[in-house]
Amino acid sequence: MARNVSTQRKVVVTVVAWTIGILIFFPILWTFLTSFKTEAQAIASPPAFLFFDWTTENYFEVQSRSNYFKHFMNSVVISFGSTLIGLIIAIPSAWAMAFAPTKRTKDVLMWMLSTKMMPPVGVLVPMYLMYRNSGLLDTRIGLVIVLTLINLPIIIWMLYTYFKEIPGEILEAARMDGASLSKEIIYVLTPMAIPGIASTLLLNIILAWNEAFWTLNLTAAKAAPLTAFIASYSSPEGLFYAKLSAASTMAIAPILILGWFSQKQLVRGLTFGAVK
Amino acid sequence: MNLRTFLLGTCSAVALAGLAQAETLTIATVNNGDMIRMQKLTDDFTSKNPDIQLEWVTLEENVLRQRVTTDIATKGGQYDIMTIGTYEVPIWAKQGWLLPLDNLGADYDVDDLLPAIRSGLTIDGKLYAAPFYGESSMVMYRKDLFEKAGLTMPDAPTWDFIADAARKITDKNNEVYGICLRGKAGWGENMAFLTATANAFGARWFDEKWQPQFDQPEWKNTLDFYVKLMNDAGPPGASSNGFNENLSLFQTGKCAMWIDATVAASFVTNPKESTVADKVGFALAPDTGLGKRGNWLWAWNLAIPAGSQKTEAAEKFIAWATGKDYLKLVAEKEGWANVPPGTRTSLYENPEYQKAAPFAKMTLDSINAADPKNPAVKPVPYVGVQFVAIPEFQGLGTAVGQVFSAALAGQMSVDQALASAQQLSTREMTKAGYIK
Repeated sequence: MARNVSTQRKVVVTVVAWTIGILIFFPILWTFLTSFKTEAQAIASPPAFLFFDWTTENYFEVQSRSNYFKHFMNSVVISFGSTLIGLIIAIPSAWAMAFAPTKRTKDVLMWMLSTKMMPPVGVLVPMYLMYRNSGLLDTRIGLVIVLTLINLPIIIWMLYTYFKEIPGEILEAARMDGASLSKEIIYVLTPMAIPGIASTLLLNIILAWNEAFWTLNLTAAKAAPLTAFIASYSSPEGLFYAKLSAASTMAIAPILILGWFSQKQLVRGLTFGAVK
Repeated sequence: MNLRTFLLGTCSAVALAGLAQAETLTIATVNNGDMIRMQKLTDDFTSKNPDIQLEWVTLEENVLRQRVTTDIATKGGQYDIMTIGTYEVPIWAKQGWLLPLDNLGADYDVDDLLPAIRSGLTIDGKLYAAPFYGESSMVMYRKDLFEKAGLTMPDAPTWDFIADAARKITDKNNEVYGICLRGKAGWGENMAFLTATANAFGARWFDEKWQPQFDQPEWKNTLDFYVKLMNDAGPPGASSNGFNENLSLFQTGKCAMWIDATVAASFVTNPKESTVADKVGFALAPDTGLGKRGNWLWAWNLAIPAGSQKTEAAEKFIAWATGKDYLKLVAEKEGWANVPPGTRTSLYENPEYQKAAPFAKMTLDSINAADPKNPAVKPVPYVGVQFVAIPEFQGLGTAVGQVFSAALAGQMSVDQALASAQQLSTREMTKAGYIK
């Protein structure tokens, strides 16, 4: 039976939800609008909201100055590559911790999370030296490795919480029917955890797409992804807001579209409860 | 060895030799107008040197600084040419991180480089970086507002005149402010301006024994003067204004005066960007009669990191980008007003340039008046006008910049800010081993 919710309450909730949504979305909208202004309009005070001479010259300028496609492909390879490799490692480890816990499992989970607590700049020089010696500087594979390592704790934690929701009895039943460990994970566990895995995948692609410390510091000309593309449009001397906004819009557009199309999966995964 | 193997071997050897011939130079640079223009004009270089290809890494100034510092300190070898500032050159050269530029070619004419700029890039008689463009600071002012107030800007004003004029012209109701100055914290932001201004007030960062001098009356005069002037005649929220914020205020007609980098002259006189393009006058940075003007000296330079495998090609490129012919090339394609300023004497003797750039003479005079080896009224142990060329200065300068910015914002008094700066610097300099 549906709960009886008063109209007044509905209105309040809707208004609050929309306000929060618009507040969160506003910077992106503003970036988008600024990308169609001239540099002078972009810094004008008071700022023009919609009524200005819309121009696409910033996009042409950005397009002619940088090789967008190269940066885009680097971003795709790095974010998808690191997330997929991360998942392949994380699914068995999360399985082990969720279904075959030992008394040290909690400590292991905490230890994994603790690797995220150190500021990355603390290990920049040693990492740089290792990468230099192994020839991984400014390579896509180098970035895939570092982003896999960075996001692995998050992937494992997320999957662990999703797997915990799945009753162990189902896996037990599969084992009783003679399923091997790998079959149990591939044919029984994974299909049931698809919403959780999908949202983990998406969230990690977004995190890897936006990662801007290692991707800037370990690349030069060849493997630089879209974060480096954005960074090249900020200028200490001269006006740059409109061009920077155009570059940012171009950089976030693919991931925004991906997120848009997969939001159903994302929401389902994030609110994923016990097996229904 | 049969014939097939032999042929295959020969083919791969030839292919490898071909690869080795086409060298690719990776160049790290900043996103400044002059640098971007150079990237667009490199066809001229590659057509003359078909065996050299260029790859650009353009980054925001602070990101670039962090990025190239990591690479050079670890000898990462990611870049063949780096764009670095006047601050880095002496420090990095002393560390052995840069190669001296000995083979720039016979027609490069090193003696044509402006002496003030060249001296900042020369260590032990060797040039370690070639200037791409140079700048100093000067006063930019609105001729119309001065006329309206019945004032005449002298070519070489004093700080007292500037302060009086600023207070007189300020009309806060109409959003016209007498003076816009940097307030945003950072060694290259407010501290560049304040360090240069302090020189004119007789202050200095350190005495000959590296003792910080913020407890001396000269610094108190400087900061007092600055904070009071900005409170009376500056725009609201000045403590978060850097170069770009002041540029937009000036371009939209809200500042009567702006003291900043000479490179701004081409922006504020550009009718496409500036609403006051035809009303701008220029004057030397002000003094207080002590013999030093508050004008700084900066250049963006091209240098080759030590350990580079492509020295010869890199030097060829540097000679092209900072040579006389490049200036002519820019003039031909984009007009004389867009030629990178502040590096060569011959440019300032060129009548066409003088005609196209009304700010040329003031820029040259400002650069020539700066003396990085002897920046303050009293003797100092360091090199640098608006900075102190020691590795610790980036961190220290920014920390001091934060307390001075807080003083401007009214979060602490001038005395508190100076005491804090003194304490910070003493601690940092003791830790770094300068103070025994």
